[in-house]
Amino acid sequence: MTVQQIITDKLAQNLAPHHLSVENESHMHNVPAGSESHFRVVVVSEQFDKLALIARHRAVNKVLADELAGPVHALALHTYTATEWSARGEQANVSPDCHGGSGR
Amino acid sequence: MEVEDRIKDHVENNKVILFMKGTPQMPMCGFSSRTSAALKECEREFAYVNVIQDSEVRERLPAYSDWPTFPQLFIDGELVGGCDIVMEMHESGDLKRMVQAAVPA
Repeated sequence: MTVQQIITDKLAQNLAPHHLSVENESHMHNVPAGSESHFRVVVVSEQFDKLALIARHRAVNKVLADELAGPVHALALHTYTATEWSARGEQANVSPDCHGGSGR
Repeated sequence: MEVEDRIKDHVENNKVILFMKGTPQMPMCGFSSRTSAALKECEREFAYVNVIQDSEVRERLPAYSDWPTFPQLFIDGELVGGCDIVMEMHESGDLKRMVQAAVPA
């Protein structure tokens, strides 16, 4: 199973998302072709209601702790409730370009 | 000094400090670049640690802060978050308010 699939499955199982997207953005970074190191995740879940941003991100990081300790090097994370998501027109910010990185 | 003590020292002795890859002048990562650019717009001085040059801090900070990735922004000794959180706070104006409250003019 790909890392992308594992991330998708774990988030779907643990956060009851109303919307979930997991994009592999490794091609935008200084890593070999076919890498699964940089991901961009958008999660819309009612579990985030009344949680501060840092608590939402910690909840996602906890679900993906094994992946973050292993192959995943960067996780761009966008967390919303359904109300926030529709207020944003169902759009999250895009990730930045790489600046060379550390070659990991 | 042990690395944990050095981290503590950085965080406790700087009102606003960014642990990043590269420097604000020459960031080595898009996420660090975006975060330091947002901080610059807050019109206050901030400290930074280049974790590419300090591999001990790079190794140990994630356990200290319970946060897996870089950059990491601390204000008043507390972890604020990484790039995505800082950018959302920048867009809402909360970042500037928080930085300027921590570092009065």
